Amino acid sequence: MSRLRRLVEAPLWAMLWKELVQLRRDRMTLGLMLGIPAIQLALFGFAIQTEVRHVPTVVLDESHSSESRRLVEVFRNSGNFDIVARVSDRHALAVEIETGRANAALVIPPEFMRDVRRGRPAQAQVIVDAADPLASQAALSGAQLAAAARAGELAGAGPARLDVRVRPWYNPGLRSPVYIVPGIIGVLLSLTLVLITSMAVVRERERGTLEQLIVTPIDKTSLVLGKILPFLLIGYVQITVILVLGRVLFRVPMLGSLPLLYLLSLAFIVASLALGLLMSTLVRSQVQAMQLSFLFLLPNILLSGFMFPRQAMPELARWIGAALPLTYFLTILRGVLLKGTGWAELWPEALALVGFAVGLVVLSVARFHKTIE
Amino acid sequence: MSEPSWSNAVVAEGLRKSFGPLVAVEGLSMTIRRGEVFGFLGPNGSGKTTTIRMLCGLMEPSGGTATVVGYDVRRDAEQIRRRIGYMSQKFGLYDDLSVGENLKFYASIYGLHGAGRRARIAELLADLGLAPRVGQLAGTLSGGWKQRLALACAMAHRPAMLFLDEPTAGVDPASRRIFWHKIHDLAAQGTTILVTTHYMDEAAQCGRLAFLSRGRLIAVGTVAEVLEHFHQPTIEDVFIELQRRDEGAVV
Repeated sequence: MSRLRRLVEAPLWAMLWKELVQLRRDRMTLGLMLGIPAIQLALFGFAIQTEVRHVPTVVLDESHSSESRRLVEVFRNSGNFDIVARVSDRHALAVEIETGRANAALVIPPEFMRDVRRGRPAQAQVIVDAADPLASQAALSGAQLAAAARAGELAGAGPARLDVRVRPWYNPGLRSPVYIVPGIIGVLLSLTLVLITSMAVVRERERGTLEQLIVTPIDKTSLVLGKILPFLLIGYVQITVILVLGRVLFRVPMLGSLPLLYLLSLAFIVASLALGLLMSTLVRSQVQAMQLSFLFLLPNILLSGFMFPRQAMPELARWIGAALPLTYFLTILRGVLLKGTGWAELWPEALALVGFAVGLVVLSVARFHKTIE
Repeated sequence: MSEPSWSNAVVAEGLRKSFGPLVAVEGLSMTIRRGEVFGFLGPNGSGKTTTIRMLCGLMEPSGGTATVVGYDVRRDAEQIRRRIGYMSQKFGLYDDLSVGENLKFYASIYGLHGAGRRARIAELLADLGLAPRVGQLAGTLSGGWKQRLALACAMAHRPAMLFLDEPTAGVDPASRRIFWHKIHDLAAQGTTILVTTHYMDEAAQCGRLAFLSRGRLIAVGTVAEVLEHFHQPTIEDVFIELQRRDEGAVV
């Protein structure tokens, strides 16, 4: 009874009530909270096209056969390659690539037609200008897709005669929005949640309301949780907005369990909010809070696997990435949305996020002092 | 926990506060008796606010000791916070909450709930004449009304002691008079009050005065005692004399 009474009368409820009333009146912040995800999603989704279509391609056809012309046709029709030139020797091909007129080359050797007809593995070579790793990656995948398409056609007439080893999974169209949108959910949540919590506390400090508040007997936990929890709501609204828009605008699939995604998001949101609170104990003004939040955004974008695959990173960068909650959340987001993975595969990431959440809340409560120095 | 018995609301011994090389308060010793209205006077930057903040547990003293309503400021800051009310120099309530909402919030934080809270809020609203403005956003109140609301919030839990840091700065004379009536009422009911002011008519209404200069307490006593100590005809003259000495020391 007395324990229940203590719970009901905890200052936490007063804090939550106050924060929600203030949030409701702050139309500007509320609008930004909902508008930012929509705008960012559209920007990122349309602007960041990591798939490369229409790669300028030079063709060296030494086979001069119906089969080789057919292969070139398949490449062209995939939309990934634009045939910009046809050359008759290797040297001319190298010149085309070196001058940048072409970023890829399709080389079909003289024996191509003969191998296809005899049912031997026929080889064609795709050369890619690897100066832009993203573009070359896409071109490689595109080439394999095109080859696979042609092999499929030939398979109708007998055993498969074009050998294809690698095929991109989960996103066969190589459409980057599908890959980017789940990432945007994570990046946007990290940015806005960290930013608004750190600002919310620093704003109270700047306005002098924190001084009046900490001279009361309110306990630190109520104060900290009261500041954090209302933004949980904001976090969930943001996730929902991005998921719905991602589906409508970019046809992002939702293969896994939505309730699981929402459940696992909880740990990530709490971790981000606690991090914001921790930052607020380090800065003196809202401007500093904003700067620190953006500083935090950078490694999140670069090292979490949002833009670049983590496997390709040097060890130090991988370690830093492993210290970011977003890294784990991205695996969860992409897993649930794009691959339909469930709890059985994702529990290590979930555990890591819960660890971050608990650790950061404890740390921010410990660092938060009821003094004004 | 047993309540410590206390006859002096504040007992400070050699209280000291420094911010890096800057010493804000040095060797401050004083006693404030239970139920008295104690005035804190001194030029800007003389250490009044820093002292109040140390006594309220908002700042850790760099040296010395102090007890407030029987509790040590270092060890039992939370116990002190339950028993005191504080009005900061700057309006510290929420501009985007109404008068009623600010009161409800602070009453809840101070542990009032349900019918008890409703009754206390109604009482405070009536007491300070805030009832007609209960729905108005605090940010849109004028100075005098803000100050009344701040006092209402600070005394929501009937504290044993009130710390009022320049409560009447920038407030019109009529509001100041009402405010001081309220202070005398509270004192008559046994509330100890520490108040800082730059208005000499207000200083004259305090039971005892303390003068601070450059972080040091230089005189304590009744109005008459202070005037005699400095050989000046009015408190204002004492004040100006002090400021002159300060500036002389700087030059």
